[in-house]
This record gives sequence, C-alpha cells and structure tokens, in this order.
Amino acid sequence: MGGDDVGAALAADGDDVVTEAEVWEALAEIPDPEIPVISVVDLGVVRDVQVDDERVHVEFTPTFLGCPALEVMRDAMATRIAELGAEPEVEVVLDDSWSTDRITPEGREKLRAAGFAPPTPRGEDTTLVQLQSNGFRCPYCGSRDTALENIFGPTPCRSLRYCRGCKQPFEQFKTI
Amino acid sequence: MSERAQLLLEIADDELILGWRDSEWTGIAPFLEEDVAFSSIAQNEVGHARALYELAARDLDTTADELAFDREPSEYRCSELVELRLPEWERTIARHVLYEQADAERLERLKASDDPEVAGLAAKIDREEVYHRLHAEMWHARLQDEPRYAEALEELRPFVGKRNGHSPELTSLWEEMTSVRRSQPTGTTW
Repeated sequence: MGGDDVGAALAADGDDVVTEAEVWEALAEIPDPEIPVISVVDLGVVRDVQVDDERVHVEFTPTFLGCPALEVMRDAMATRIAELGAEPEVEVVLDDSWSTDRITPEGREKLRAAGFAPPTPRGEDTTLVQLQSNGFRCPYCGSRDTALENIFGPTPCRSLRYCRGCKQPFEQFKTI
Repeated sequence: MSERAQLLLEIADDELILGWRDSEWTGIAPFLEEDVAFSSIAQNEVGHARALYELAARDLDTTADELAFDREPSEYRCSELVELRLPEWERTIARHVLYEQADAERLERLKASDDPEVAGLAAKIDREEVYHRLHAEMWHARLQDEPRYAEALEELRPFVGKRNGHSPELTSLWEEMTSVRRSQPTGTTW
C-alpha cells in the first residue's frame, strides 16, 4: 500500500477506518488465555485480515477443536477491533490450515522462556518412538535426555515430559 | 435430510456420546496419568462433535447446541459401541481400541472426499486423533495378553458401526447429558 511522503503508513484506504497493519498490531497484543506469554498472532491462529470501510473481517483458525480458549480468543479479537472504531467480523475457519508449524519463531522462543518445550516441526507422522526420541530439549537446562511421561497434559495442546538432566518435569507443546 | 447432513450427524453423535462416556472416568481412572489422559481425550471428542454439529447446523438451519441436546434419544445416529456404559477398565480400553481403529479408517475416507469442507474438517480432526491412537495402541500392547481384555474385544467387536437401533443405556445417558438444558427456565438466555 506504500506510505505517505515520509514513509509512514497511510491512515486508511479511501473510506477504511483502520489499516490492515493497525489491526495486526492490535491483535498482536491479545494474549493466549491459557499460555499468556504468547499472543494470538505468535500462535499463528489469525489467517487473514481484510478491511472494508468500517468492517474488519478476520479469519481465525482454531488450534485444538476442544480448546475452551477458542471462544475467549474470538471474543477478545472482536472487542479489540471494536475499540479501533471498526465493526468486527471474526470468521472461525474449520479446515486444517492451522498446525503447530504456524507458531512464529518469536512465539516458539517465548514458549521456551516460559517453561514449555515448543513443538517439533511436523514430520511425516507422529509415533511413540518419535515422542520418546531426543528431539525435545528441556526448557530449563537444555538437556536432550528427556522422557515422555504422559501424552496428555493439563490442556489439549500439551504433553508431560521429565528431564533426566535437571530432574524437573516440564510441559511440551504437542505437534499437530 | 441431505446425505451430507446425515453423515455429519452420525460422526458428531459418535464423538459426543463417546466423549460423555470417556468423561465418566474423570476422577476415578486407575491412576493419575490416566485420569488426565482420558479426560483430555473426552474433551477432544466433544470438541470434534461441536465442529461437526456446527457444519451440519448450517445445512439444517439450526444450531450445534440444538443438534447435540434437543433431539430425542431415538434420533441420534451414533453406533451402539459408544452408547454402552462400561465401568470396567479393560472393557473401556477395548472400546477405545476398536473405536480408534474404525475412526481412523473413516477419517481416511473423509479426507479424500470431494467436499472440501468435510475433507478439511476431517484432516483437522485427524491431527488430534493421532494422539488418541497412540494412547490406544499403548494400552493394547500392555493388555493384549490379559484374557479379560481379549474377551472384552470379542464381546464389543460386533457393536462397531452397528447403527440399526440403540442400546437401552443411551436413554439414561441422554437424561443426564440434557438435564441442565431441559431444566432451563423459560426466558433464560446463555
């Protein structure tokens, strides 16, 4: 879209009340309700933003279908867009376009800093052998000598692991 | 009702009823890790049901909640396998193993569907079901030499995909599942 004569983004295109960039910036301030160190943008659940006059259309892809945080995220996005003076339309997209590969590199590092091992990249398939492998680093000490304790954890997106290096349990984001 | 809506309801009902049955282990599973695992699996299954009901609700001009909770027990399209009350752990695990096998085959077919909405949602659900299958396979490996488990597999196998009629046990589950919604005072909104 370019910018004005000093390079600043144009306030709006024609009758648009906000720019797409302003919407993305606003959404980047919304924390994940269950892992508040990362934002919904870091999580990669915002697939598209379109501004049409006063209407802002957001395509939102759920993470895990049974996750109770989905409504909270959807409502928080609508509220934040309304605060920008626009009319929000948050469309929930039920296809498989979200995977843990959509979490941004910044999001992965924020997860690690908060004590969650980030997901491994999606491979051909996920097997117990892979889950028992040394592909997972302890977020506390960095050791690869970790073991799977439980495929399931406190929320649908997490598994429980144990670090034999520093003898700490930790949570790992499931790869999907 | 369109063929697509019937299919979506069949799968959604399977996942909803199984999710309710699985959640009966919350708090009383054999050990803590299993309590977490079975509760999490139950939560996922109910989440899959909701997404499937939402797609069906658009076709049928209704809502996911109405499809999930406002039909009579006789209108549900689930298989008898998920309806059974199985308070023995080995029978629950046998159902889990049989259901996950059948569900994996169904999801493979749906992922290849010409209908992009059905194929897309099936692919999304399958990403999560991978972990249910790992859990089922782990328990199968652990129990396969136990006679009680082998008997349970044989007992329950005929119920896989059996949709001509319902188990009498569905009615009591339905009563429990819909009691809050049915007792909603007139005029209440959520």
